[in-house]
Amino acid sequence: MATTLLTPAALPAPVAAKPAVRQDPVLVRAGLIAAGLAFLGLFLVLPLIAVFANALSAGFAAYWAAIRQPEALSAVRLTLIAALVAVPLNVAFGLAASWCIARFDFAGKGLLLTLIDVPFTVSPVISGMLFVLLFGAQGVFGDWLMNHNVKIVFAVPGIVLATIFVTFPFVARELIPTMQALGSDEEQAALTLGASGWRTFFRITLPNIKWSLLYGVILCNARAMGEFGAVSVVSGHIRGLTNTMPLYVEILYNDYQFAPAFAIASLLAMLALVTLVAKSIVEWKSDLAAASAGEAGDH
Amino acid sequence: MSIEARIISKKFGSFAALDAVSLRVEGGELVALLGPSGSGKTTLLRIIAGLEFPDSGSVLFDDQEITGRSAQDRRVGFVFQHYALFRHMSVYDNVAFGLTVKPRRERLHPAKIKARVMDLLKLVQLDWLASHYPSQLSGGQRQRVALARALAVEPRVLLLDEPFGALDAKVRQELRRWLRRLHDEIHVTSIFVTHDQEEALEVADRVVVMNAGRIEQEGSPDAVYHRPASAFVYNFLGNINLFHARIENGKAYLGEPADGRLAPSNGDRLAYVRPHLMNIERHPQHPNPLAVRVKHINSAGPLVKVELATERGDNIHVEMSHERYEELGLVTQDNVYVSPRDMKLF
Repeated sequence: MATTLLTPAALPAPVAAKPAVRQDPVLVRAGLIAAGLAFLGLFLVLPLIAVFANALSAGFAAYWAAIRQPEALSAVRLTLIAALVAVPLNVAFGLAASWCIARFDFAGKGLLLTLIDVPFTVSPVISGMLFVLLFGAQGVFGDWLMNHNVKIVFAVPGIVLATIFVTFPFVARELIPTMQALGSDEEQAALTLGASGWRTFFRITLPNIKWSLLYGVILCNARAMGEFGAVSVVSGHIRGLTNTMPLYVEILYNDYQFAPAFAIASLLAMLALVTLVAKSIVEWKSDLAAASAGEAGDH
Repeated sequence: MSIEARIISKKFGSFAALDAVSLRVEGGELVALLGPSGSGKTTLLRIIAGLEFPDSGSVLFDDQEITGRSAQDRRVGFVFQHYALFRHMSVYDNVAFGLTVKPRRERLHPAKIKARVMDLLKLVQLDWLASHYPSQLSGGQRQRVALARALAVEPRVLLLDEPFGALDAKVRQELRRWLRRLHDEIHVTSIFVTHDQEEALEVADRVVVMNAGRIEQEGSPDAVYHRPASAFVYNFLGNINLFHARIENGKAYLGEPADGRLAPSNGDRLAYVRPHLMNIERHPQHPNPLAVRVKHINSAGPLVKVELATERGDNIHVEMSHERYEELGLVTQDNVYVSPRDMKLF
């Protein structure tokens, strides 16, 4: 280096012109990376390992038995029912809301956007309380429901309602920016070519938003199956009847049945892992679709 | 088929996009709607297409009222500025779309659809790209696909919204000549919107100049260019120099360059002079020549463009032939005189 500095004129231009890339010292870089990895390990990897280790602590047979318990199976069933109802309803709602918001200008659009976010901003426990206040025995509709023998709170409908409520924003929030970015030119083109509204939706809009929609569905489903707070308030914790998987885990844990609790928890953890993989695939696919619009199409 | 718009008005909030506009386009005509952005030309086109609905007024195709009909049943071919091709479909599927979404009883046999799509792709010279996706095409190719797609449904009218607006200059010029030839071949009543006066004058049978939601003038390209009805039209159709002018005994005397923002006062008029209708002289030959100094010369092009400044600092633009430029031997900072050969007074 010393000679190059002394005789700059003798140097070939490219070497002299080579820019010195400004980089942080190696120690700083290594330190930051190590801190990041340590954090990740401590808060994500370690707990995940702990869940599976604890779940299998009494052996695989015990693990299998814990899952085969009728109460456990009923919790799994209820969780699936809640998700199966909540996800399609929120897909329908999310499509309608994002269509409305991305395609039209109307008074109260800002208010609608804010309302969609309410389930994100309100604590899930409060959301659960709302349903108790509305449909509980002392609630607004309590007498009427009682007289007509309809049970919502402390029953399956309450759990489904609470799940729908907390997962409300996921699909809409995912679709609105996509649909705004897409614009409506293609839909208008389809219209001038004689396509009806429904045909335009299924042949033009849906193929263009499918990756965003799928992404929203995955997030919505993960939350629907994992929701604890709101569901906990409306469930009443009736074993074998109104327990979802997260609630059942808590009950087992409080009963000092650690191995079974972790066995059920491991199912939820596996759901999370599957969700992550699915999410990555969707992200990867939608990036591909964006990079060469069309080639990741559905034909 | 003829198109008629009768006393169309349209407001967006408090902005009047169209103010009682009436327009008639005869069957087989190719008409350009020309105007600056915000003049209402695109809104008028979209109202004719049924993509927008007027606050008042009516739209007629072949003298039949269709104001309330949706774009879906108007059978118009619409070409968008940004192509609006279906990005997830191949070129072939894009063009076939309009044929495949027809109600079952009107729909062509699949073999006939295929033949028709390939014919159209041949017409726009893109049959070799049938299996490609829009993202693999250039801008000019995309717009030709969009045109083929619009023509597939045998539209009664063809509406083009700034069809070449997103293309670069060279492709633009090729494509507009091609559009002119295509129109001569298929003769479908067509309206295209543009803010490019050259494009409008070159392609259209008739030019409709719009400004601030109204029609300023309509006529053949020759008529609007040579006999502009208003200062706006003259200004919009080419570059101008603006001067104060005095009228005495039926003769106009040119004064100082004018600032377009100030209205002429006490009997003064405004004179508009095109750059190529200005003379530059070394010595004053005109009764009241204007003394100017050469500021900048651009001799790259068919005409030499000279920018001059008066003592007050007003700019004047002059265009002349290369022969005249060499004859004068102009260089920057030369002191010369300018005078108009012809002017328009408004």
